[in-house]
Amino acid sequence: MRYSYYPGCTLYNKAKDFDDSARRSCQALGIELVELPHWYCCGAIYPQSQDHKIPLIAPFRVLAKAKNEGLDLVTLCSFCYHVLKRVNYAVNNDKEKLDLLNDFLNENYRGDQKVLHLLEVLRDDVGFDRLAQYQKKDLSKLKVAPYYGCYLLRPQREIGLDDQENPMILNHFLSSLGIEVIDSPHKVECCGSYLVLVNRDATLAAVRRIIEGVKRLGAEAIATSCPLCHYNLDKFQAELKKEGLEPIPVFYFTQLLALFLGLERISFTTNKVPVEPYLREKIGDGYSG
Amino acid sequence: MLKVKVWSPLRERILEISGEDLLSCYQCGRCSASCPFAPYMDLIPNMVMRSIQLGIEDVLKANSPWFCATCLTCKVRCPRGIKIPEVMEALREIRLREKYDYLNPLTIDQELLTECPPMGIVSGFNKYSK
Ligand code: SF4
Ligand code: SF4
Repeated sequence: MRYSYYPGCTLYNKAKDFDDSARRSCQALGIELVELPHWYCCGAIYPQSQDHKIPLIAPFRVLAKAKNEGLDLVTLCSFCYHVLKRVNYAVNNDKEKLDLLNDFLNENYRGDQKVLHLLEVLRDDVGFDRLAQYQKKDLSKLKVAPYYGCYLLRPQREIGLDDQENPMILNHFLSSLGIEVIDSPHKVECCGSYLVLVNRDATLAAVRRIIEGVKRLGAEAIATSCPLCHYNLDKFQAELKKEGLEPIPVFYFTQLLALFLGLERISFTTNKVPVEPYLREKIGDGYSG
Repeated sequence: MLKVKVWSPLRERILEISGEDLLSCYQCGRCSASCPFAPYMDLIPNMVMRSIQLGIEDVLKANSPWFCATCLTCKVRCPRGIKIPEVMEALREIRLREKYDYLNPLTIDQELLTECPPMGIVSGFNKYSK
């Protein structure tokens, strides 16, 4: 199993924990991730306005360059995944756009670079049912709420990873690690996203609804694949604590995979809500931070 | 479906930017019911759509588009397939293209700037500043 890998800016920066746990887990599972030799920022957010094409240039170039490598392209950050998938969809359904971008960049891209989320690789190429054979640690005492957020799912017609109202891929992934999955209607609700830059109250309210909701259903932790969700859900729990809501740790799904695989020194450098006490309590001596 | 078309330069402009004429919005309110940030908006999403249908230019002064997180929930639930986030973006773009900044990079909270993941910062500035 060999793939091109597009980390994107955030996994080189604030989400190194995500990148590191993913790369090491993949290695342990025999998945070879070959980082693209030259990659650029995807622009992070897909443009909603239709009348200017400039924001499409960067992600289009990422796809065109990836195509030269001849492998399926794997990515992890929900934002990168979203942008790359939607640009592919856009140029596949609009020949004029495709030609314009190719002319501008002097490329000959046909909109055919396959883009995969690591969750898809684990589900379809490795097989969730086969993960059990790699188990080193018992995670059955963890109670984790899968949290998908927005960009991994919507719009389903363009992304196509899973059902946009009731996705199950992350649920099934966590179950296959033996984790007790706490399903919740909050799994597809927005965490506030970039509103965090301009309005604390609105972001806090969104985070409160999600954390309160999953805790009420019995969750003791949350798993996500988006660095911005991770940031918002983690950061604002300090405020919620003042309101009497005990914080719960926020994980990247790959960190749980790395734990399951028994990898050592898994990093949790950006977590504000401490994860070690929870892991030590639930995994016991088996946890080697 | 709105039978009497109100001629409105605002609606034309929004159509140009967003590709959405929004005349088929029948005010069911599903977008607003789905929007996590509707409680913060002066005009909730269905009222934004209605205002534009009627050519009410004051919609440009509403805080609504600046509270839209582009979460796409409304868009995937609208029974009429209205591209609501695209319309919200068009409202932002009209202001931003007049060199208006909703978020000034110089006044942004420093702690936030150093901690927030880059894709969050890039996305925010994409929406709030030009
Ligand atoms: S959901 Fe669609 S049709 Fe209903 S009010 Fe909103 S924009 Fe109009
Ligand atoms: S895309 Fe914007 S308007 Fe629509 S539900 Fe999300 S925040 Fe509300």
